[in-house]
Amino acid sequence: MSAAKTNEVLLEAKKLTRRFGGLVANQDISVTVARGAIHVLLGPNGAGKSTCINMLSGDLPPSEGTITFMGRDITGLSAAQRSRVGIGRSYQRTNIFPQFTVLENVRLAAQSRNQQPWRIFSKAMEQKWALDKAHACIEEAGLGKRADWVSGVLSHGEQRQLEIAMVLATDAQVLLLDEPLAGMGSDESAKMVELLKKLRATRGILLVEHDMDAVFAVADVITVMVNGQMLESGPPAQIRASVAVQQAYLGTEESFHV
Amino acid sequence: MNAQASLIFKLVALAVLACVPLSGESFYVEMISKMLVMAIFAMSLDLLVGFTGLVSFGHAAYFGIAAYAAALLSPKYDAGNLWLLLPGAVGLSALAAFVIGLFVLRTKGIYFIMVTLAFAQMAYFVFHDTPVGGGSDGIYLNVKPSAAIGGWEPFDLGNGTHQYYFILALMVLVYLFLRRVLQSPFGRVLVGIKSNEHRMQSMGYLTYRYKLGAFTLAGALGGVAGFLYAVLFGFVTPELLSWHESGNVLLMVILGGMGNLVGAVVGAFAFEGMRGVFESWTEHWQLLMGGVIVALVLFLPGGLSSLPARIRRALQGGEAK
Amino acid sequence: MDFATFLIQTLNALQYGLLLFLVASGLTLVFGIMGIINLAHGSFYMIGAYLAFVLTSATGSLVLAIVLGIPLALLFGAFLEWLLFSHLYKRDHLEQVLLTYGLILVFEELRSLLVGNDVHGVNIPAFLDASIRLTEVMTYPVYRLAVSAVCVVLAVALYFVIQRTRLGMMIRAGNDDRTMVEALGININMIYRVVFALGVALAALAGMLAAPMSSVFPNMGSQVLIISFVIVVIGGIGSVWGALVAALIVGFADTFGKVLLPEISGMIVYLVMAVVLLWRPEGILKKG
Repeated sequence: MSAAKTNEVLLEAKKLTRRFGGLVANQDISVTVARGAIHVLLGPNGAGKSTCINMLSGDLPPSEGTITFMGRDITGLSAAQRSRVGIGRSYQRTNIFPQFTVLENVRLAAQSRNQQPWRIFSKAMEQKWALDKAHACIEEAGLGKRADWVSGVLSHGEQRQLEIAMVLATDAQVLLLDEPLAGMGSDESAKMVELLKKLRATRGILLVEHDMDAVFAVADVITVMVNGQMLESGPPAQIRASVAVQQAYLGTEESFHV
Repeated sequence: MNAQASLIFKLVALAVLACVPLSGESFYVEMISKMLVMAIFAMSLDLLVGFTGLVSFGHAAYFGIAAYAAALLSPKYDAGNLWLLLPGAVGLSALAAFVIGLFVLRTKGIYFIMVTLAFAQMAYFVFHDTPVGGGSDGIYLNVKPSAAIGGWEPFDLGNGTHQYYFILALMVLVYLFLRRVLQSPFGRVLVGIKSNEHRMQSMGYLTYRYKLGAFTLAGALGGVAGFLYAVLFGFVTPELLSWHESGNVLLMVILGGMGNLVGAVVGAFAFEGMRGVFESWTEHWQLLMGGVIVALVLFLPGGLSSLPARIRRALQGGEAK
Repeated sequence: MDFATFLIQTLNALQYGLLLFLVASGLTLVFGIMGIINLAHGSFYMIGAYLAFVLTSATGSLVLAIVLGIPLALLFGAFLEWLLFSHLYKRDHLEQVLLTYGLILVFEELRSLLVGNDVHGVNIPAFLDASIRLTEVMTYPVYRLAVSAVCVVLAVALYFVIQRTRLGMMIRAGNDDRTMVEALGININMIYRVVFALGVALAALAGMLAAPMSSVFPNMGSQVLIISFVIVVIGGIGSVWGALVAALIVGFADTFGKVLLPEISGMIVYLVMAVVLLWRPEGILKKG
């Protein structure tokens, strides 16, 4: 297992709490994402993983707690503003522009880094920098042969790859990936794991994942959640050895699978 | 339709439109002039409904505001300067759209439909209940604006043929302008917002600002149409801002198939043409119009522009595309 | 404004607001439960008023006209739902707006063909044709009080239907989750038909009650439609109680606006709506 290489902390959440009316969906969750590391959020359905990733990405404001990105407090920033500082996310349910080509999906993502909305007379397709970046990211995500396909007709696994390419095109330093392996066949899954390992080298990654084999194959840090709270957090070996985690989960591994 | 066939279709249509004044029938020239004005209006709304996914049910407000501006800013017994009046009227419409957009774009879905309607109703009552624009009786634009630049007058709007070509030229310009805008980075973002606004936000787009830009632009172009309407008929009433007008232009957009500029033009022509035909048949023409609308929604969800594809599919025995 | 005027305006505002509630409650139920924007809802009000005119002329009694008119309106509503609206549930709002816009044109022209474009009065039933003396110089018509009373009774009845009956339970459930209702084996199409017919009947009744006060005239449906939409939006789509609160707000804003700020009275209701939506973009009560 490769320990974090640079250890530079990119994203740090402290004591995040989220309430929906009287219901506490997340209580005092603290996670860090460091460059060169993959941090996995693990837990059964309803443990609050989605709430947590939504707070990190800005889709949901926390009730309490703070989030900093490279030392800067970003708790009050919207999802769009967080994307602009360098946090990219993919969604549990594939979230792309199905009528657009793969290239246009990723090009739009690339364009977001230099929007120039006042340039209503120049052609988007003539912005070479955005096109080049889109092609590079499509290549990096392993979709090189699909660039001109309409994205809605891609296989499920390829659509997940497309989501990664879109996140990459936004120059994200931190990738928040919500179940990137969900619904994938074993071949596709293995390819995605390789991709994640490759991406880790220069970025920080936080994953929400159910697939236990994959989790232990890629994770540098695992945080186990239950009932909206953190049960245990540490390297995979520590999680494997944890009595609490074993009692709560590993004994009933089935509960991880949807 | 492939690109070449589409281009040929557009050029033929343009050539036919350019020949209309040769007929010498001023009745038809005026009728087609009105259709061209409505085509501009429909294209401006299509930018919102068809390309950005914002169903505005109050677009007549911007049409009416520019029409009133044309009448109110013109000197009472003298010709105003076209090159000042047109930008002035369009600017006022754009300003109104910007300010109203600041509010209405905070809402979504059904609420957006209703709130745009409510603001248009407010504008309607401003002109209907207060004396600024002659109240419910409306106001005359007595003398058509002059196109003179210095001592040179390139054309005369008082001449029906000149006026026709001026309107046609503006319609083509608005079409080319919108086509260009839609290919720009700005336009691509609007189409992205229509497809999946949430994803656009998570990629760092402040979509509210883009939508406000689109809303303002659509209001301005709707203003171009309203200005031309006032020049064409020389008479402006509060009914131009009524929700019936907003409904009619929405209908034109849908009739032609949303998200298709040529479709919006076709829709405007089809709507006005149908109205003309029905009116010539019976004073109860709205009954026929209403029936056509109901049937259209029930049986032709993609609008008129989906007809060629449907027919082709039917001929080819259900083969896709 | 002296006290008597204030009292009269308050009674007027209450009566207007309650009448609007009858129209808006059906609109918001159809909105909230079936997800349909029905622009033609104002036409049902207009149809009710013309029914009152035609039936009162034929029978000589407004009460009899209402007794006959309500079942007719229910049948008409169920028929329309079967013929047209049942095809709109899966369509987007735009198509619903269009189709119902087309329906308005059809209804208005049919009205013009069948009854003409003249303004007609409808007689107040003799036993309600009286006034109550408020001060030496001011009186208030009994008929308006009776209308308010009928509306209050209907609002209470609606409350019981929605809160206490099996139909109401299904309505509330349908409001929240269509699939759940279907999973319970309830025939959702039947509920839709009943709710739609109920909405049509309520709007038509409002028109019948209003006919003696406002007369019947072309395009009377449009005015009520737009105001009802404002009420539905202010109250929160799908919320019957939100609609009641909003209808009363609109009734008061409009009535007192006409007295206190006559120059901008036409705009006041829309200003109220804009302010409410800026404060709460999804209405006062989102669900109910």
